[in-house]
Amino acid sequence: MAKKQEESGSFTSNDLTPVAGGGLLDRRLFLKRGLMFGSATALAGTAGNLFAEETALEKVVENKITSKAPWMLKPGKPFSNYGQPSPYESEVIRWISANAMASGNGVSWCPLHELEGIITPNGLHYERHHNGVPEIDPAQHQLLIHGMVEKPLTFSIDALKRYPMESRICFIECGGNSNAGWNSRPVQSAAGHFHGLVSCSEWTGVPLSVVLNEASLDPKASWIIAEAADGIAMNISFPVEKAMDDAILALYQNGERIRPENGYPLRLLLPGWEGVTNVKWLRRLQVTDQPVMSRNETAKYTELMPDGKVRQFTFEMDAKSLITSPSAGQEMHGPGYYQITGLAWSGKGKITKVEVSADGGMTWAEAELQEPVLSKCFTRFRMPWKWDGELAVIKSRAKDETGYVQPERDVLVKERGRHGYFHYNAIVSWEIVPEGYVNHVYS
Amino acid sequence: MYIRNSIFGVLVFVSFASFAECDKTTNAANTTIEGPGLGQPAPEEMIKAWNISIFPDGTGLPIGKGTVAEGKVIFKAQCAICHGPAGIGGAAEELSGGEQGLTGEYPDKTIGTYWPYATTLFDFIKRGMPLSAPGSLTVDQTYAVTAYLLHVNKILPEDAVMSNETLPKVEMPNRNGFVWIYPGLKKSD
Repeated sequence: MAKKQEESGSFTSNDLTPVAGGGLLDRRLFLKRGLMFGSATALAGTAGNLFAEETALEKVVENKITSKAPWMLKPGKPFSNYGQPSPYESEVIRWISANAMASGNGVSWCPLHELEGIITPNGLHYERHHNGVPEIDPAQHQLLIHGMVEKPLTFSIDALKRYPMESRICFIECGGNSNAGWNSRPVQSAAGHFHGLVSCSEWTGVPLSVVLNEASLDPKASWIIAEAADGIAMNISFPVEKAMDDAILALYQNGERIRPENGYPLRLLLPGWEGVTNVKWLRRLQVTDQPVMSRNETAKYTELMPDGKVRQFTFEMDAKSLITSPSAGQEMHGPGYYQITGLAWSGKGKITKVEVSADGGMTWAEAELQEPVLSKCFTRFRMPWKWDGELAVIKSRAKDETGYVQPERDVLVKERGRHGYFHYNAIVSWEIVPEGYVNHVYS
Repeated sequence: MYIRNSIFGVLVFVSFASFAECDKTTNAANTTIEGPGLGQPAPEEMIKAWNISIFPDGTGLPIGKGTVAEGKVIFKAQCAICHGPAGIGGAAEELSGGEQGLTGEYPDKTIGTYWPYATTLFDFIKRGMPLSAPGSLTVDQTYAVTAYLLHVNKILPEDAVMSNETLPKVEMPNRNGFVWIYPGLKKSD
């Protein structure tokens, strides 16, 4: 199988011996040689994945440009106050699914399948709004802390900006992300339009414990009700324990002030916990000794089980992973070398391992985890793969530092039924057919 | 990545003697970060006006009342456009008609089959409905719509009146159907 590649001279047949079925190669293959995939075309020899490069080359020849490209022959555009993506990237957008009767109610999906690395650009961070994005004047915004505290306090945004801050790179995932996975038939959507209610940013702000200490909590306090300044005054309860552990009153997202659709001017960040608890446009924190039993912690964001009981206050997002390339809707360009890459994350801590299978789960091999590997954060994984052009089913499986392993879909469905709606985290399978199309399958 | 500014925070802020909040004990293993103490005392009137929380035992319910019949009229005018007549068949959330119960292949998650507390209904309508004009229903109108929705869910009779007194006493069918998952949580009841 590896004979042709030996002729390229870069690799020994040993390097190219598959480590698992379906042509998965040693994850250290490219690291060993100091090569990145972009420069690995020499290695591929006659492989078909040269298609893109060949096309570009033809263009250059056609244009009869020998030494300079057209854009080198004139001055470029002037400076811009706020940079925008290249017009050639105009199709990399959030995919909006909103309520026909209420345009501010719904979601927009992050195009995970178009992105690389672990940081989500601010303009592409997924959205979930219950009644639109409020346009908040920060000068008129206050955060009220009251209830079971010694000193009820109110904070202006300017005051909060003077507090000692900390940054944390972490994901936020909607509890309803990937819920099409509960359907009895596999949905055919791009990876981001199916799993893209999750994004990852560097969030910066004031540790919530600091301001709660300033208000001085009643020792009997056990819950906090967070409330938003949006058109449904969205409210939800969470335990004091989380507030004192790693909660942040976030003011900044990836270095700039939080975007309006992500909670400007103030967002409650509960790292690793389902999106709805990361209350945007935060206006009020009421300290109590019981949950308020709001609509979004009873009727919604709870999971109906097969026996009719309902899981409530699930909070933590369990470990999950997803191959973003190749993924549904993308096309392969003939047999040869590819990089399988994707994202893994866990609301309970660090990802410790991601395994990839290219034979539908019969055999697995460990993928390379790209640094940094952080707690409650996207972790990028990579795996070299030689596709033989035959039918293949690729999938990834994440493990986190608690020892939890992402379940196969049939295991999850057996445990939870198909009507829980929220907290779907099963292994995702992509089928690659000989024609090069990638489909979503249950396998 | 966890970039804690704790040392900076403590050093800077203890040096301002006027910030009296900084005299709390910090232990070396788990340094407590102290802020500059810029929170303003929240006026009682502000807390009163902002605190719209309504708890299952009725704490926070404003004084007022409304009937099923009044609620039917308001629902038709304000809610049916999205939720459908009698809360079924609209573009938005299905609110009644949970004939299948919660088990089986086609479970029906509605107010009658799923919601554990009637107070939640009043709270959500008052704080956020209708989406086109959130909070625009009066207290009495909200009790009336709540009564109507509980009626079409076969929980209240047609002549029922809902008020701050009667609403918390409504026993919802799925009151005990919820299991708390996050470790360490204690149910108070």
